[in-house]
Amino acid sequence: MSNKIDLTLNINGQDHAVSVEPRKTLVDAIREDCALTGTHIGCEHGVCGACTVIVGGEAVRSCLMFAVQAQGKPIRTVEGLASGKTLHPLQRSFMAHHGLQCGFCTPGFLMLAVNTLEKNPAIGDEELLDVLSSNLCRCTGYQNIILAVKAAREDMRTKEEAVAG
Amino acid sequence: MAATLNPSDAKVGSQVGRSVPRLEGRDKVTGRAEYTHVMRLPGMVYAKLFRSTVAHGKIKSIDTSAAKKVPGVLHVVTVDDVMKVLKSPYYGPAFHDQPILAHEKVRFVGEPVAAVIATDPHIAEQAVQLITAEYEEMPAVFDEVEALTSDVFVHEQLKPAHTFADLKHLKDAKNTNVALSYNLRRGDFDKAFAAAEHQFEHEFKTQKVLHLSFEPFACICDFKDTHVTFYDSSQGPSFVRTEIARLLGWPENKVRIKVPYLGSGYGSKLYIKLEALALALAMIARKPVKVAHTFEEMFYQITRHPSTFRIKSGVDKNGKIVARKCEVYWNGGAYADIGPRVTQKSGLTAAGPYDIDNVWIDSHALYTNVTPSGALRGFGVPQLVWAYEGHTDMMARALKMDPVEFRRKNLAIEGRAHATGQILQDHPIEKVMDKVLERMEWSKPFDRGGNSHIKRGRGFAIANKAVISPTTSVAIVNVSADGSATLYCGTVDMGQGSDTAMAQMVAEVLNIPTEDVRVTPRDTDVTPYDMGTLGSRSLFHMGHAVRRAAEDARDKLKALAKEVGEPEGSNIPIAELFQKRYGMQAGNVIGSGIYKPDYTSPAPGTGQSPNVTPFWMLAGSGAEVEVDTETGHVKITKLITVVDCGKAINPKSVETQISGAALMHLGFTMFEKMHIDGGQVTNASLADYKIPGFHDLPTKLESLYVEHDQSNGPFGAKGVGEVATFCVGPALANAIDDACGVRIMEMPLNAETVYRALRAKMGKPLEDA
Repeated sequence: MSNKIDLTLNINGQDHAVSVEPRKTLVDAIREDCALTGTHIGCEHGVCGACTVIVGGEAVRSCLMFAVQAQGKPIRTVEGLASGKTLHPLQRSFMAHHGLQCGFCTPGFLMLAVNTLEKNPAIGDEELLDVLSSNLCRCTGYQNIILAVKAAREDMRTKEEAVAG
Repeated sequence: MAATLNPSDAKVGSQVGRSVPRLEGRDKVTGRAEYTHVMRLPGMVYAKLFRSTVAHGKIKSIDTSAAKKVPGVLHVVTVDDVMKVLKSPYYGPAFHDQPILAHEKVRFVGEPVAAVIATDPHIAEQAVQLITAEYEEMPAVFDEVEALTSDVFVHEQLKPAHTFADLKHLKDAKNTNVALSYNLRRGDFDKAFAAAEHQFEHEFKTQKVLHLSFEPFACICDFKDTHVTFYDSSQGPSFVRTEIARLLGWPENKVRIKVPYLGSGYGSKLYIKLEALALALAMIARKPVKVAHTFEEMFYQITRHPSTFRIKSGVDKNGKIVARKCEVYWNGGAYADIGPRVTQKSGLTAAGPYDIDNVWIDSHALYTNVTPSGALRGFGVPQLVWAYEGHTDMMARALKMDPVEFRRKNLAIEGRAHATGQILQDHPIEKVMDKVLERMEWSKPFDRGGNSHIKRGRGFAIANKAVISPTTSVAIVNVSADGSATLYCGTVDMGQGSDTAMAQMVAEVLNIPTEDVRVTPRDTDVTPYDMGTLGSRSLFHMGHAVRRAAEDARDKLKALAKEVGEPEGSNIPIAELFQKRYGMQAGNVIGSGIYKPDYTSPAPGTGQSPNVTPFWMLAGSGAEVEVDTETGHVKITKLITVVDCGKAINPKSVETQISGAALMHLGFTMFEKMHIDGGQVTNASLADYKIPGFHDLPTKLESLYVEHDQSNGPFGAKGVGEVATFCVGPALANAIDDACGVRIMEMPLNAETVYRALRAKMGKPLEDA
């Protein structure tokens, strides 16, 4: 069982050459082998969504995926959201609207919301709520998370329009 | 902006009352915030636990041979190994009753029996699967009422710690499961009840639920022969230090507890949890050892107390409650943890926020053979309110009185005596009630849903709570030679926003922007004593200490200015002040503050005290529901919660504390339940134990506060961490009763429970599943 496999994980545009057991989950590889600890491990069976990352353009539970399955696909984690010192609109929005308390679920929510808004910047409120409901938060009561994502949606849309115009 | 000695107010403005975004927000949204569960030390090894499969039994043998052979396994540890490094392996805040690993006996399913230490957590987990144990099973007791009279005893002999005076008499007690009985006697209940025009008696129950912090329990111990360091997901580092020092027989200054941010706690990470085990394992491994739970393991660490509450009231012909008897049984599980304190501190408010002359309270902490129970956001009070506010509504209905008017007639208002004898001050309970009713539009006609199978109803509940007292907090404010200020305080920010609120208080006193105050991460080598982040005590107690420390620093800066010859009222930049005094950027000004409120212990036997709490927490909730009488499904269309916060130091943080607490308690009320079969938890995972998600939000959720200046509070403020949990449950049960005429006496109020009650009411009860 200690037959390790060599693979390359491309995370936030950077290649990480790692040697892992086939049974290693993606979240463990990201955190332990690539030292990116912003992705949190919660329930470890796909319910809470704290470990959500974007793999090949899809938001996934990194606790339900083996590291070997992510080979060759671009992976995005919370560490890749800001560009330099400039925060992503969603990061700013979560701070400004008190969309977090303990912060343990926050990286997962951010990745889920980023993926959702990038795929469909004009997503309606109801559909947005349906997508967000795949993750859980025990602290906030959700209202401020909804506020934060909606505000970022407007912010990102305005920016896109400005670029297009 | 450089800090100056006497800045004009206009420059900075008020820092208290501002919705400052949380200071650590940037770290949290960029994935850079530190949590114990995430941390690794060089050379660190990992422990996983082998747990009991029986609820009560003698350990006949433990076979660890196969586990020891797994490559990567360093040690397999039982209590015999533990006792070679720690002679007495028992710990706990109220009783020294919990063994680091099971000793001779197991007392609940899930109790740690052996530990594997390995180079990798997955190897440790795999090796745990290879351990076997044989038990001689013994009869077990699970129910709190049965435990009072059962001849099954969870402990052979009780071992109270020295911390609490009211437990001393239980030393070496045998043949009992009672870990404390708290009694309150005021007036003459028996006489007043017998003479009352109307007499009511009900029994309410609450189920076993748990905190489920998203960061599970985690502790890293780095033991050296001369000192020991813990990295710990703990709400009470000062207590951990004291207890570890006791176990080691060391002075406290050789024990260091470092606490980064917590992925929440809600009371679960209080007192001592994994620390004693981590200590023993690190002493054995002689390397840093990390013990970190999975979500499943949290079901075997600590939960909320299930309870049975028998309540009796006598009401006179005018609708005035004249007598009340409360018998409360708390299901404490196999180890006392802080249960005896829950029993006493909550017990004293069991009669509710009502003005009743004759009160009798008996509140019993009981050992049983299930996962231990402890503090959970409300310290027992939500279980009490569930009963007394359901009881209130049932009486009002029977008396054909409006439930709100019945309450108004009986509320204990300022200037009246609480059941403990304390005269109520800063207790604006009517203000809280009126605000709920106003937002509910209670006085307007209410649409009950006509003839369809959807029935609409609404309910109300109100409550108060005494803060845990007497407790002490200490804080230090350090002004550096460049004029920047650093706060050292032991309050643990687990999401409630305490770092930000405390920094706001420092900023208010020093007249600088909150964002410029640095809050030092908690570290018992550096941050001074604090009793613990619990029971909504921190903003009040630590707030006072912080304010005093900042004032002390400010006064010392002024003295320094005088010393260097600055004229009165000088607005010299602080950095120049240090430069003048020390000839370069050098030196510090250290301000310190300590706070402990006045307190009088309740008299033994009667529970009477003129000063049992420095402040009261007040909350009210109103709920509107739609009950589908064909399925029992309940849709919550409105949930309004109002609390008295004294003064909102950070209004947005206050609102989020209220909404979070209300939704958490909505889960406890409507569907959360640990299912236990023969002592075995059958739904120990997040997939099987459902917590509220987005779609469980009521159509309208309002989280509001009133500001009644708390006359003895820092800046008029008091804590609000748990207060919004109190009334959600009974408001919902009262609304369901109002909608369809069924009264449910035990949580949760899920569709099955409601449907069964509806069928029973129709005279066509469903058979038990």
